[in-house]
Amino acid sequence: MLKKRSHLTLSLIAILLSFVVASVVMLISGISPLSFFLSLIRTMTGMNLRAIGKEGFFNARYLGEFIQMAMPIILTGLSVGFAFRTGLFNIGAEGQVIMGSVGAVAVGILFKLPFYIHLPLAIFVAALCGALWGWIPGYFKAKFGVHEVVVTIMMNYTALYLGNFIIKALPGSDNQKTVKLAATSLLHSKFLRQLTGNSRLHWGFIVVIIALFVYHFIIEKTTFGYELRAVGFNKDAAEYGGIKVSSRIAYSMAIAGAFAGLAGAMLTLGTFDYGRVIGTFENYGFDGIAVALLGGNTAFGIFFGGLLFGGLKSSQTLMQASGIPLEIAIIVSALIILFVAMKNGIDLVFEWMDARKRSKDESH
Amino acid sequence: MEQFIVEMRNITKRFPGIIANANVTLQLKKGEIHALLGENGAGKSTLMSVLFGFYQPEEGEIFVRGEKVDIKSPNIAYELGIGMVHQHFQLIDNFTVVENIILGDEPGGILIDYDKARKQVKELSLQYGLGVDPDSKIEDISVGMQQRVEILKVLYRKAEIIILDEPTAVLTPQEIDELIGIMKNFAAEGKSVILITHKLKEIIASADRVTVLRQGKYIGTVNVKDTTEGELAELMVGREVNFDVDKAPAQPGEDVMVIKDLWVKDQRKLDALKGLNLHLRRGEILGIAGVDGNGQQELVEAVTGLRKVEKGDIILQGKSIINDSIRERITKGIAYIPEDRQRRALVMDFRLDENIVLKTYENEPLSHGLLLDEVEIKKKGKRIIDEFDVRSSEGIDTIVRNMSGGNQQKAIIGREVDLDPLVMVASQPSRGLDVGAIEYVHKRLVELRDQGKAVLLVSFELDEIMSVSDRINVIYQGRITGDVLPEETTVQELGLMMSGSKEVTLA
Amino acid sequence: MNLISSIVTLSLIYATPIIITALGGLYSERSGIVNIALEGIMVIGAFVAATFTPLNEAALGGWTPWIAILLGALAGGLYSLIHAFVSIDLQANQVISGTALNMLAIGISVYFCQIFFNQQRTQTFSRGFVKTNVPLFSKIPIIGDLFFKRMYYTFYLALLLVIVTAFILRKTRFGLRLRASGEHPSAVDSLGVSVRKMRYTGVLISGLLAGLSGGIMVLTQATQFTAGSIHGVGFISLAALIFGRWNAWGVLGAGVFFGFSQIFAIFSKDIPILAKVPAEIFHALPYILTIIAILLFSRRSAGPKAAGELYDVSKR
Repeated sequence: MLKKRSHLTLSLIAILLSFVVASVVMLISGISPLSFFLSLIRTMTGMNLRAIGKEGFFNARYLGEFIQMAMPIILTGLSVGFAFRTGLFNIGAEGQVIMGSVGAVAVGILFKLPFYIHLPLAIFVAALCGALWGWIPGYFKAKFGVHEVVVTIMMNYTALYLGNFIIKALPGSDNQKTVKLAATSLLHSKFLRQLTGNSRLHWGFIVVIIALFVYHFIIEKTTFGYELRAVGFNKDAAEYGGIKVSSRIAYSMAIAGAFAGLAGAMLTLGTFDYGRVIGTFENYGFDGIAVALLGGNTAFGIFFGGLLFGGLKSSQTLMQASGIPLEIAIIVSALIILFVAMKNGIDLVFEWMDARKRSKDESH
Repeated sequence: MEQFIVEMRNITKRFPGIIANANVTLQLKKGEIHALLGENGAGKSTLMSVLFGFYQPEEGEIFVRGEKVDIKSPNIAYELGIGMVHQHFQLIDNFTVVENIILGDEPGGILIDYDKARKQVKELSLQYGLGVDPDSKIEDISVGMQQRVEILKVLYRKAEIIILDEPTAVLTPQEIDELIGIMKNFAAEGKSVILITHKLKEIIASADRVTVLRQGKYIGTVNVKDTTEGELAELMVGREVNFDVDKAPAQPGEDVMVIKDLWVKDQRKLDALKGLNLHLRRGEILGIAGVDGNGQQELVEAVTGLRKVEKGDIILQGKSIINDSIRERITKGIAYIPEDRQRRALVMDFRLDENIVLKTYENEPLSHGLLLDEVEIKKKGKRIIDEFDVRSSEGIDTIVRNMSGGNQQKAIIGREVDLDPLVMVASQPSRGLDVGAIEYVHKRLVELRDQGKAVLLVSFELDEIMSVSDRINVIYQGRITGDVLPEETTVQELGLMMSGSKEVTLA
Repeated sequence: MNLISSIVTLSLIYATPIIITALGGLYSERSGIVNIALEGIMVIGAFVAATFTPLNEAALGGWTPWIAILLGALAGGLYSLIHAFVSIDLQANQVISGTALNMLAIGISVYFCQIFFNQQRTQTFSRGFVKTNVPLFSKIPIIGDLFFKRMYYTFYLALLLVIVTAFILRKTRFGLRLRASGEHPSAVDSLGVSVRKMRYTGVLISGLLAGLSGGIMVLTQATQFTAGSIHGVGFISLAALIFGRWNAWGVLGAGVFFGFSQIFAIFSKDIPILAKVPAEIFHALPYILTIIAILLFSRRSAGPKAAGELYDVSKR
C-alpha cells in the first residue's frame, strides 16, 4: 500500500520522467528540448530567459494567459478527483465540459438580464448541464451496474456532436460559431486585462478558488464526503455500514460533472465570448485525469497539478512559434498519466532499493 | 541414516516486516501421513508454498528422494512428483471438471485431445472411488465434489507426494471420514501425504507423525501414537489450553427475533433459503451448524438487510423488518460481525476511528447536520480501543490495513457491541484468528448473552458451535433440519443432520 | 434493391475495423487485461499505415496497402507492449494506463506528422485499398450483390479472423490457458502455467489486431491520417466486445450492427424522411446506440471474472 507522504515524491518523479522521455522524443526528431523548456518557463513566469536584462524580458501577458488556461483544467481536475474519491473513473469530464459550455452559451445568448443575475445564471446552468451529463452514467452504474468508463466515453462523443448541433441551432449561429454572448453574462474584466498586458485573464479565478474550497469542504468535513470516501475505498463495507451506495455513486458523478461544467463556463464566458463548433476533443477532461492523479485527489494537489497543465497547454502557442510541434504538450500530459499510473512500479523499485540497502547494512 | 522422500532443512522465509518461517525442518517418510500442525499464522502454508515452488526460501535446503533440489515453480514441483490441494480451491467455475484437471498438462498437441482427457479422468476417478463426473461444470457441483476435483488434479499429474491444505474445513463429519479413508488409501499405495491442519482430532484419527510450528518456528516432530490431543494443543499454542468456553448455563427469555418461511436467492439467482424458520431468544447463543454453502451467508445477509427477501418474514420484537433499510435495521438493534472482515466490515484504507464510527457517524454528537465532528469521533475511537483492548501502532490514527487480524476483529466487535444491539449476528467470528483472539471473541459473545442480548452464531467449525452455543440449529439446503441442545447431541448426529440424512426438532 | 445492397456492403466495410479491433480486445480481456487503449493502438496503426502509403505507393503499386497494414499491425503490437508492461509487471490501473496510451497515441502521431509533413496530418495518398467485385462469387444472384460486389478484401480478412479466433479459443491448448488466465489466474499459476506470459501474449495479439485494424480503417475510409481518423471506433469496438459477450461470433454480429449504425449518417441524405434530421444526430447515433446496447446487456454480462483486477503473485 502506498504511503501518503510519498505521493508528492512519486508525483515529482512522474513529472521528471515525463520530461526526460519527452526530451528524448524531441532530440530524436531534431527539436531542441531547451526551447521547449524555455517556452514553458516563459509561459508560467512571464520571463524570457533568452532576454535576461534586455527589453521584453518580462511580459505579464503570458502570465495572464497561463492562469486563465489553468482555470478550466483545475476544475476538470476537481471533477475527475471527486469521482475518484468515490472509486469512480470519470473519463467523461471531456463531455461534461462541452455540455457546460453549451449551457452557458445558451443562457448568454437567449436571455436579457442584469449582470448580477445573468452571469450567475449562466455559471449555474453550466454546472447544471455538466452535472446532468455526469449524473446519467452515475445513475446507470448505480441502477444497472454498468461500468462508468465505457458509458462516459460514449457520452463524450455524444456530447461532441450534440453540443455542435445545439451551437449551430442557436439564433444567429453560422457553421463555425454563435453570435457574441450578451456582455452581462461574461466573466471578462477590463481591469484584469490591463493588468496583464491585454491577456484574456478573467474573473473566473474567483469561481475556481471557491470550487477548490467547496471540494475540500465536502470531501473532508461532511458526512456526505465521509460516505463518498467509504464507498470509494470499499463499497461492500460502506453498504454494510448502512450507506446507500447507489445513490452516493449517482450524486458523486453529478457533482463531478458540475465541476467539469464550470470548466465549460470558464471557456465560453471567460476565455471566449461566443460558442464554438469543435471538430474534435480539446482534452480539458483528459488533462483533468492527469491533474487529479498527480494531485492525489486532494484540493491542494489538484491546484498545483492544474497550474502545471495550464502551463503546458498555454505554452503551445509559444512552442508553435518557435517551431516545436504543439503536440509535445499532449505527449507530456499523457506520459505524466502513464508514469503516475506506474506508481506501484516506482514504489516497488524504491522498496527494492531499500531492501538492498538494508541487507547491505545488515551484512556489515 | 534414514532415507526421507522429502526433507526440508533449516528453511527461512521472510516477507517485508515478518519472518514467516525461521529455520524450519520437515522430514517426510515414504508412505506416511504427516500432519503439519500450527495456529493461523504459524507459517504452515508458507512452508508448503516453499515446497510447492510458489516461494523461494532465503535460507535452507530441500531434498527430494535424497537429492538436493531447487523448486523454482509449481512446474518443477510437479516434475518431482509433488502436488498440492489448496485450501482455497484453485478451480475455474465456468470450466468443466476435465478442463480444470488438464489445464497446463493437456493431452494432444496444439489441439487438445478431449476424448483422451475425459477417459483418463474417468479412470482415475474410478480407481480411487471419487465418483466425479468429468463433464460437469464446477459451479454446478458440491463443495465436497470440488475438493475431489482438486485431488484429481494432483493425481492426474502423477504426484507421489500430496499436500492437503486444511482440507476438512468445508466438509461434514462424514465427508471428513471419507477423506481420511482416501488419504489412507494413498499411503497404502506408497504415496506420501502432508496434511496441513489446526484440528487435533483429525490428526489423531489419520496421521502417523506430526510436525508442529508456532509463530514461524519449528517446535518439534512427534509420533501420533505416542501423544494426546492435550499435548499437541500445548505444543501448538505454547501454553496449556482450555478449549472449553467458560460460561454459566443460559437463561433464555422471550423470543426477540422470529424468522418465518424465509425464501432468499443467492448470487446466481437460485433459491438459497427455501422456507427457513427459526426463532431467537433473549439471553441465548443460537449456533447455526452446517457445511458452507447451505444458505448461511444468505440467512445472515437477509437478517442484516444486505440481501433481498423473496418471500417470508423476519420479525424483530413483533415487527417485520424486511422492508427496512440496512441503516434502519442497525438503529433497531441488529449488529453484525461479518465473515469476511476485510471485505465487508472494514474500510481498510480508513483510519481506525473512521472505521469505528462507520455505522454511527450520522448521529449526534459525532456529527451535527452535515458536519462531521472530528473531536467527538476521535473521543469515541479512543473510548472503544480502550474498552476493547484494540492495539495498533498509532492508536486511533492507524490505517486499519496496517493492523493485525486479531486487532481488526476486536475493533469490529467493539463497534458492534457499542451499538447496544438486541441481536448480534456473528458469522464465523473466529475465522483466521489465533487461539488467544478466539478466546477473546468467545468471551465477548458470552458476555453479550449474559446481558440479555440474543446472539446468532454461524460457524463451520463444529467444535466452536458445540462449545459456544446454548442451542444449535442445523442448516441444510436452505432449511433448518435440526434444533438440538449441545449437551444432548453429538458431532456424529450433527453431521447426519448437516448432510440431510436426519431431521430433529425440539418439541 | 440498389440502395439496400449498397447499405449492406457499406455496413460491412465499416464493420471491418470494428470487428478486428474487438477481436483484439477479446484476446486481451480473455487473458485478464482490460485494454481501453485499443483506440490509441488503432491511431498508431493508422498513422503508420497512412505514413507509409503515400511515400511508397509509386514504387510498390497494388501491394502498398497490404504492406502498410502489416506495418500498422507491427507498430500496434509494439505499442501495446507498453500497456502490457505497465499493467502486468508494474501493476498499474489498467484503465488509467489505457487512457494515457490513448492520449499519447494522438500526441505522438500528430507530432510526427508535423515533423514529417509539416502539417497536423499525413500527406494524402492517391489510393488505399480498392473496392473489388470478387470473381465468381459476385455472380451469385442477390448474395453476390450484397456481399461480393464493390467490397474490400479486408472484410473477408475480418471474417477469417473471427473463424480462427473462435477455433483457437475453443479447441486449442493456448485458448484454454488464455481463458483460464482471465477467469482465475492463481489457479493457472498453481498448475505451472505462467499467467504473465499468457497475459503478455493476449495484450500483444490485441495490439497487432488493433494496429492492423487502424491501418485498414484509414486505407478504406480516408485519404490521409488526421487526429480524427479513428474518432472513437476503438471504443465502439470495446462496446462490440461487450455486446458480443466476449465471444468471436458475437463480436461479428455486434460489429456488423455498429458498422450499420456508422453509415446511417451517409444514407440519411438519400432517404427523404431522414434528410431533414441534422447530420450531428446521426454522427452521435452509434455512441448512443452503444450506451443503449450496454444497458440492455448489463444484466447478462459475462465478462472474464478476473479482467481488470490486479493480480499480484506475491500476495497469494
